[in-house]
Amino acid sequence: MIDKNKIKDLFSNSDWNVETIEIANEIIERIAKEYLGLDIYQNQFEIITSEQMLDAYSLIGLPISYSHWKFGKDFVMNQNNYKKGRMGLAYELVINSDPCISYNMEDNTTCLMTLVLAHAAMGHNHFFKNNYLFKQWTQADAIVDYMVFARDFIHKCEEKYGFEEVEQVLDACHALMNYGVDKYKKPRRISASEEQERLRKRLEDDRILLNDLWRTIPKEEKEQLKQKRFPESPEENILYFIEKNSPKLRGWQREIVRIVRKTAQYFYPQGQTKVINEGCATHTHYEIINRMYEEGYLADDFMLEFYHHHSNVIFQPSFDSQYYSGLNPYTLGFNIFQDLKRMSLNPTKEDIEWFPKLAGKGDWIEQFRYIVENFKDETFVLQYLSPKVIRDMKLFRIDDGQGKTHYEISAIHNEDGYKRVRQSLSEQYNRSRYVPDIQVLDVDVFGDRTMTLEYTPTDGKGLDYSQVIKVVPHVELLWGFPVKITESGKEIYTSKK
Amino acid sequence: MSINIVDRRESPKGKSSENRQRLLKRIEGQIKKALPDIVKGTNVKDLTSSKDRVKIPVKGINEPQFTYDKDSGDKRSVHPGNKEYEEGDLIKKPNGGGGGGSGPGKGSNDPAVGEDEFSVSISREEFLDYFFADLELPDLVKKHLNSIVDFKQKRAGYSNYGNPSRLNITRSYKNSMARRMAVGLFFDKKIKEIEEKLKTETDKLLIVELEKELDKLRKMKLSVSFMEEVDLQYNNFEKVAVPVTSAVMFCVMDVSGSMGEKEKDIAKRFFMLLYMFLTKQYERIEIVFIRHHTSAKEVTEEEFFNSRETGGTVVVTALELMDSIIKERYSDGWNIYAAQASDGDVWNRSDANDCYSILNSEILPRVQYMIYIEICRMSEGDLWSFYSQLSKKHKNFEIGKIDDVGQIWKVFQDFFKKKTV
Repeated sequence: MIDKNKIKDLFSNSDWNVETIEIANEIIERIAKEYLGLDIYQNQFEIITSEQMLDAYSLIGLPISYSHWKFGKDFVMNQNNYKKGRMGLAYELVINSDPCISYNMEDNTTCLMTLVLAHAAMGHNHFFKNNYLFKQWTQADAIVDYMVFARDFIHKCEEKYGFEEVEQVLDACHALMNYGVDKYKKPRRISASEEQERLRKRLEDDRILLNDLWRTIPKEEKEQLKQKRFPESPEENILYFIEKNSPKLRGWQREIVRIVRKTAQYFYPQGQTKVINEGCATHTHYEIINRMYEEGYLADDFMLEFYHHHSNVIFQPSFDSQYYSGLNPYTLGFNIFQDLKRMSLNPTKEDIEWFPKLAGKGDWIEQFRYIVENFKDETFVLQYLSPKVIRDMKLFRIDDGQGKTHYEISAIHNEDGYKRVRQSLSEQYNRSRYVPDIQVLDVDVFGDRTMTLEYTPTDGKGLDYSQVIKVVPHVELLWGFPVKITESGKEIYTSKK
Repeated sequence: MSINIVDRRESPKGKSSENRQRLLKRIEGQIKKALPDIVKGTNVKDLTSSKDRVKIPVKGINEPQFTYDKDSGDKRSVHPGNKEYEEGDLIKKPNGGGGGGSGPGKGSNDPAVGEDEFSVSISREEFLDYFFADLELPDLVKKHLNSIVDFKQKRAGYSNYGNPSRLNITRSYKNSMARRMAVGLFFDKKIKEIEEKLKTETDKLLIVELEKELDKLRKMKLSVSFMEEVDLQYNNFEKVAVPVTSAVMFCVMDVSGSMGEKEKDIAKRFFMLLYMFLTKQYERIEIVFIRHHTSAKEVTEEEFFNSRETGGTVVVTALELMDSIIKERYSDGWNIYAAQASDGDVWNRSDANDCYSILNSEILPRVQYMIYIEICRMSEGDLWSFYSQLSKKHKNFEIGKIDDVGQIWKVFQDFFKKKTV
């Protein structure tokens, strides 16, 4: 049995060593599993310097990636901001991989190290392993190998075809990165060795096969075929469509399209689970650290420092503050989970009315796991944002109608407003808020092979034309023939070939 | 399940340097475009002196994406911290619209930084690389570097022959010890053999014989010499050719009344440029400033650029002074560069002729490269016509005209480009 007073002293000393982390992990992991019932990947806890953290930032959360100027740009921008003091670095950065890699800053105090262990190594780790989106879209055990494969492959292409050639294709793919996901199909598992094998086959097929779709010799049934659209139904995964059907891409270029598509897919869940993922991790660290305190492992001075950091993490400036930059996902997620616990243990009349299945049932731990497994931001907010959280955060809704001279406050935190605030906040996390709906509508198979991309407007929003004219040439590069973009059938822009 | 702790702090740094290089390559055009402005601006001197990094503003390397037109559509958004609003309240939009809507919240650690603020800082080395990248200088410089060579003694192992002063005592002693041990052992073995035989031998005659032999061997063992010729090892040195890494740059300028502030400014910028180029190639550079009107004088940089003189112009005095300084101080082991700036005025035709002959016979054979720039002159004078003959004759002499600050970079480039043709 460990001597609790000794541990208290160890944790109150702000300098840590490997032993401190090991002891902290032992306690934290036990609490995470026994008390919260978390199910995690093996943790790989890496200690890094601030320079290395900047490196890690620029790879948007992958331990390895292929070389590209975009990452260099992110690195330089982060470095500039960091040097000017405009940006602090995170205490940790965690990667959805198995083992679960977390990068932790060397200058963290013991308290911060304990906090990030509970936050990232337990909270995020559990989320990665159990959330349905992550389970469906990512393979934590394969991603590192896959990225090694991708990096090596692209490097080889650069040697073989020249790095400008490769960069062109990568740039074009990056412009379509948001359109590399089938929202409703489950992706196949990736594995580096299978990829190698498939790649070999593809290059071989490339050599011997003829894509019948592009046969130019007239056919008997040509007329009949012409009636049929291609693709038969609109395709939302533009990168996939290009990878499979682009008539001009060479084997290696197709493979690069695939690599970017797979990378995009890996990040797809992350964009949609910011609130719930951060909420899960923040809730987890909060519960674990408090439990450690109750069990007598932590002294009061440790807790003071902990609350200081914790309140920084969940700091939410008001809409009229100069520091306001939208809702803080940590705060929102944490508040919702904490309120679920409250409702589960000490419900009010209101709670019983709003959440009859939850209020007063006392099973908040099971509920927490259930929510983490089955929800994303949009649905999480829609289902679980309670009137109390809306009141506490004083959430309100603003309508900014096109052509109107005034903003209108269309709902506030009162009986009338709760549902509308909740509905709108949920919609705010819908992917279509930041990714316009654009799909491959048609390819003029028997004509000049023009590909038509159809934009379906939401809320009467138009596309940013200045971006359209920049993106379309990239699409054209991949497609090899003219590309037209339309909105409700009306042409917006056609590339000139 | 125990935790796997990895201390990465000692891992090699600069994981992003490859990506950063890609970025630099990407914005190469922009960096090059910014160069003339930097030359034109006043901070050329800072560039040559400070070790600071150079900031290059970068625009328009955003990554295009399909996005919504911010000014279109009905936007609806939820925000925290309502203090006084009731449902139905109207708030006048600020002019220019927009504002209200924002996407999903940004994390507390997301820096909200616009593309406009983006700048890349590159080291001075990198800056100079770009600065001279177009000039295809390396070949030219290599040729020059090869032409002047110095010899250095470099250690090159050990040899069995050499000057007693280079005797390597430790090595020689080691050899001697090894030899003495080896030879000693040989005798020890023989002595032991005979001693064994003596123990069992009964024949007296043979005993005497063996004792004699033993005595002889013992003496021989003692007589193994302490040092032999073969033990000796000497430090060996080799002569290695090394390119001379120091250079001297002569700045010669006409400061007669006809040279105004503008002309001097152009000359100064040009000298700076040449100096920057040389700093990239040589470890140590000295600069000699010579100004002249009717007589020439070696001066400090301060005086060179700032004091004003009046009167006529005799160019040859400056060249004579330069020649004597070269012979006196920089006669061997120096890469000599010279730049002369003038408005082209000469006292008379014979002055120009004198210049021609001293350059032709004395100076040009000694210098790596000499540049003459004529500033703000409409017509071609005597000096120009003599010099242009000279530049046809000597490959290391170039002449050019500058009328405006903006042309400096161009003329500078031309000087060096011509050489590679």
